[in-house]
Amino acid sequence: MSARLNILRCGPGVTLQDTGRSGGLALGLSRGGAADRLALAEGAALLGQPGAPLALEMAGMGGEFEASADIRIALTGAPMRAAIDGEPVAWHASHLLPAGVRLSIGPVTRGCYGYLHVGGGFEGERFLGSGSTHLAAGIGRALRAGDSLEIGPDTGTETGLLLEPEDRFDGGPVRLTPSFQTELFVQSELDRLQAEPLRRAARANRMGVALEPQGGGFHIEGGRNVVSEIVLPGDIQITGDGTPFVLMAECQTTGGYPRIGTVLPADLPRVAQAPAGAALHLSFVTLDAALEIERAEAQRRADLGKHRRPLIRDPHRMRDLLSYTLISGVVAGNEEI
Amino acid sequence: MTQRAPEYPMIRSGGVDGMLVSFGDRLSEPANRAALAFRAAVEREGLDGIEETSSTLVSCFLRFDPLHLSHAALQAHLQGLLDSRDWYAAPMPEGRRFWRIPTVYGTELAPQLAQAAEAAGMSVEAAVTSLSEARVRVQALGFAPGQPYLGALPEAWDIPRQSQLTERVPEGALVVAIRQFVLFAVSAPTGWQHVGQTAATLFQPEAAQSILLRPGDEVQFIATDAETLNNMRRDPRGGAESEPIR
Repeated sequence: MSARLNILRCGPGVTLQDTGRSGGLALGLSRGGAADRLALAEGAALLGQPGAPLALEMAGMGGEFEASADIRIALTGAPMRAAIDGEPVAWHASHLLPAGVRLSIGPVTRGCYGYLHVGGGFEGERFLGSGSTHLAAGIGRALRAGDSLEIGPDTGTETGLLLEPEDRFDGGPVRLTPSFQTELFVQSELDRLQAEPLRRAARANRMGVALEPQGGGFHIEGGRNVVSEIVLPGDIQITGDGTPFVLMAECQTTGGYPRIGTVLPADLPRVAQAPAGAALHLSFVTLDAALEIERAEAQRRADLGKHRRPLIRDPHRMRDLLSYTLISGVVAGNEEI
Repeated sequence: MTQRAPEYPMIRSGGVDGMLVSFGDRLSEPANRAALAFRAAVEREGLDGIEETSSTLVSCFLRFDPLHLSHAALQAHLQGLLDSRDWYAAPMPEGRRFWRIPTVYGTELAPQLAQAAEAAGMSVEAAVTSLSEARVRVQALGFAPGQPYLGALPEAWDIPRQSQLTERVPEGALVVAIRQFVLFAVSAPTGWQHVGQTAATLFQPEAAQSILLRPGDEVQFIATDAETLNNMRRDPRGGAESEPIR
């Protein structure tokens, strides 16, 4: 019988996510998938799993969980307070979660989206090859207390590994390529976009993240007459009042507002994880430079597994110290061997 | 501001992995037909490295893997395909259907009929006649899954979008602006005017055919009353009926 993870309680924004689905665009369905795809890659690396199986995405708040059998877990993305059987455990790391023992995950301490991965990945109903919940489209739903999630067969055994995360939980530099409507904006507006940091506004979810320009909204002449055209995740849409909105995994597929630029996929996790008020420094790069960045990022993610290292536990925090075989092979010297 | 008139069809890149082949800078019947036909041709070719395609009102969009298919190679390929025929003269897609979708115009179910009629310069009665007799075509699906843009409506309906968004229209809402209808697949905010309400469900991920309407289909939004519509809510198609277009 396969293992299950039971949700005893959880925050309002807990969903199953993978890298999303391809082929929905023609239906009007955006790719969806994890808000922070790097966190998916980190989870897969920690558990030594190929691809990016379904994981739990936790927006802002985690929950309390119990497994029906011993399972391996990994915690990535925005750090959250986590404990197994009341004992704090490290984030950005893999652990053993014994059957029936409580895993508690609290609020984020930095960033926005934390991830709980399990060895074997979660099973889920698939549409166009993906089990990602797409809240905006009504595919799947936010998870709640009482839900019981099936876990796939786990072929791995390693736990107790740590991965140093790329720091992306407090804003920072965000690189853009031109979008289909970038040339509709005058150069002085493009310069202004890059000159001052934009703060992440309060409004943000899996569809989009609002930014606050310091020098007022961005404008183009005739901006309301743009024919509705394709929208891409990462597009920075300028709404009627000049507010820039970065469109995220669950964005609409077409829109009539002009887009001033498109965030590089490599930098989208930084936008997703920026907490309200964090400063983002936008800058355009050429398409060639962007491709080089994407190539390097793809390689870096493929190599994440090489950077795992053993988690060192602090003996002062080990309540169950006596249960460990700390020294073995000690002999008095007079035993008959 | 002087701007050189762009030449269509036009190929542009967007983001690191998107390419857009546009057949005009405003909606027209030939540009829409060209976009649908060009996308069908790209799909038929199945070029390696293309992840997915879609058509919008006047364009064909391609998402591709730029680490395996270069921008230059894809652009050259698409230019070759563009030059191979007159896409503006392409026929409509095969297998099109004509739909009749029962619709309540006005009442508390669609509270913006009166103001939309005024913007179009007609009485409410004339507006209902005009909208319910119009046979419109699905020009594109977009925004939300299964959600159609439909047109073109008579010229009087070239009314602007509202500057203030309506906070939320329900699923099945029929809204109008710029000589087009949008039939909402989900409950969402909109700048278009809510003139009708249907019981149609446009997207059902668990169904064999997950979407109700396809680009090229034609639709008439037949006037009905609130009670009849309410009875149709039990039908997953919301009373919509179709026949093939030959």
